[in-house]
Amino acid sequence: MSEPLTLIDRLWSTHEIARREDGAALLWVDRHYVHEGSFHAFSQMKARGRQVAEPGLTFGVSDHYVPTRGRDRAIANPEIAAMVSNFESNATQSHIGLFGLRDPRQGIVHVVGPEQGLTLPGLLIVCGDSHTSTHGAFGAYAFGIGASEVAHVLMTQTLWQKKPKRMRITVDGHTTVGVAAKDIALTIIARVGADGAQGHAIEFAGRAITALSMEGRMTLCNMSIEAGGRCGMIAPDANTFAYLKGRPYAPKDAAFDRAVAAWSALASDPDAAFDREVTLDAAAIVPVVTWGTTPDDALPIDANVPDPARETDPARAAYIREALDYMGIAPGKKLSDITIDRVFIGSCTNSRIEDLRAAAAVLAGRTSKVPGLVSPGSSTVKRQAEQEGLHRIFRAAGLEWADSGCSMCVGINGDLVPPGERCASTTNRNFRGRQGPGARTHLMSPAMVAAAAVNGHLSDVRPLLAGRKL
Amino acid sequence: MEKFVRLTAKACPLTQPNINTDQILPARYLKWPRSRGLGQVLFQDLRFDAEGREQQNFPLNQPTWRDAKIIVAGRNFGGGSSREAAVYALYDYGIRCVIAPSFGDILSQNAVKNGLLTAVLPEVEAAELAAAIADDPALPVTVDLERQTISHDNLSYGFAIDPVSRSQLLNGWDDIDLTENHRDQIEVFKAKDRLGRPWAIPTTA
Repeated sequence: MSEPLTLIDRLWSTHEIARREDGAALLWVDRHYVHEGSFHAFSQMKARGRQVAEPGLTFGVSDHYVPTRGRDRAIANPEIAAMVSNFESNATQSHIGLFGLRDPRQGIVHVVGPEQGLTLPGLLIVCGDSHTSTHGAFGAYAFGIGASEVAHVLMTQTLWQKKPKRMRITVDGHTTVGVAAKDIALTIIARVGADGAQGHAIEFAGRAITALSMEGRMTLCNMSIEAGGRCGMIAPDANTFAYLKGRPYAPKDAAFDRAVAAWSALASDPDAAFDREVTLDAAAIVPVVTWGTTPDDALPIDANVPDPARETDPARAAYIREALDYMGIAPGKKLSDITIDRVFIGSCTNSRIEDLRAAAAVLAGRTSKVPGLVSPGSSTVKRQAEQEGLHRIFRAAGLEWADSGCSMCVGINGDLVPPGERCASTTNRNFRGRQGPGARTHLMSPAMVAAAAVNGHLSDVRPLLAGRKL
Repeated sequence: MEKFVRLTAKACPLTQPNINTDQILPARYLKWPRSRGLGQVLFQDLRFDAEGREQQNFPLNQPTWRDAKIIVAGRNFGGGSSREAAVYALYDYGIRCVIAPSFGDILSQNAVKNGLLTAVLPEVEAAELAAAIADDPALPVTVDLERQTISHDNLSYGFAIDPVSRSQLLNGWDDIDLTENHRDQIEVFKAKDRLGRPWAIPTTA
């Protein structure tokens, strides 16, 4: 009898072309997504006089530098304009599929790939972006790579990799009302630490995981990197197949049925061994927010920020002191007493239709006490939200309804949180300066951002959900 | 790629944990071509204040450590974004080795492709090494990749690195050249895989 296998074992062996003596394997890449940041890689390729090996498996998406306002005008900043136009001409010259600035399907690469049916179970997917882990939600082996690896994939459609260790995070039971995939993700990260999953492929399992929509699964897998894991994955099931059916680039008709038969085998054997196992009880998870400068600084909304004076480990005390100083928060302050200056709803973590619905359900008939920006995950999501009338709810609440891109998550298109301002954000990183130099970021779910907007301070969304249709 | 075999140089302690790639190279410099000199904006928002004045207490601004080639860092150095330009910034500043209890996976991978060694030392030993440098800032530290040791004076620590990264750094291998040797295997794999997984090819939209 053969040895029981995990999902990552199965995905790995399907893609292995060759193995070196030192253990590195050459893997086949099924999908390569590129964005404006890939210019180093295109330069490396050109310097070698090479071309894209598999243009049919390479797809470009303009997302990092695109404007979210005023798309009918030329981009004012010449450096930013050049990033977008150079990328789009690299893509066109290389004959790769392009979802460019003017394309009605444009959006954030980690939203567009699944939405277009390019992301499928069983695929090995790479992109020069750490949040490529998102695509693992479909049972794909998906991870972020650097420019040299992007260049290697462009030139060969392969990649040298060392096999990751296996980690399973099981979330048993049922979550309660007001608890979103983001709360599960942040609770996990707080538990294992920002580097807790380093060197591991994470498989998420358990009843609370299978109960998640595909949008929720993407949020969770997206944040794997924030726990240090280069990839996260969930075994595909009926939800996965239903999401993919009829998507533009997905297999059609009988080919789809045959694909589903193959995809259905993509799971860990019941008796397969993992290098590490972590188990959480979904019922114990509550809405959380971050207080500090790494994503594992996450606490339940009814908690207080830590006080370095009460910390016994001097290194930890020093970290807390510096983080609170940067964040401009007094030690021991109640989280729900922290007032905010603005909100942001968007990013590859939380900008899909379900995220916008969750925020709108809280904001409907209410106004935001602070300014804010809503950037849908893709132009397709934007159209759908407008059909549902969600944009009217955001606008009536006083928030700006914008176009799609990475926007204020990383700020390189010019959407910045001003220095010293505090932003309640649906994004993935609360690093110093992430949303702009001196910006202070609190991470939370879309519904929790909406609650913070309504109250003007960090807040538990649950009382605001009373009597609302969810 | 330049090989890494052995290095003796000054080492700068930078021991706070979780120095992520946004700290190593803030996102606003990602549109710079490498030729513009990414080394000058390495740790920009830690090294300089908003007006561009040097932060006196930042270790790399201390006279002795300005030309350090080694950084002794805290846990989880280089987590976060996949930006390889963070490694370009370190390398172009003159850094050839970072020693830390743990590293972001993507940063380690990017480092290897650029001849930068990321050496893993247990937390206690990394702290001990950082303390020794703080006591004697000009202390020469030797990193030997063949023997996998970090040493100064009479002290020597063994460090961890995965064998794949070690062989690549020692040989200065170029991935593309290595892959070329497998061109036939790639073609065989591709042909077989297209039959076995026809669904893996995107349909035309």
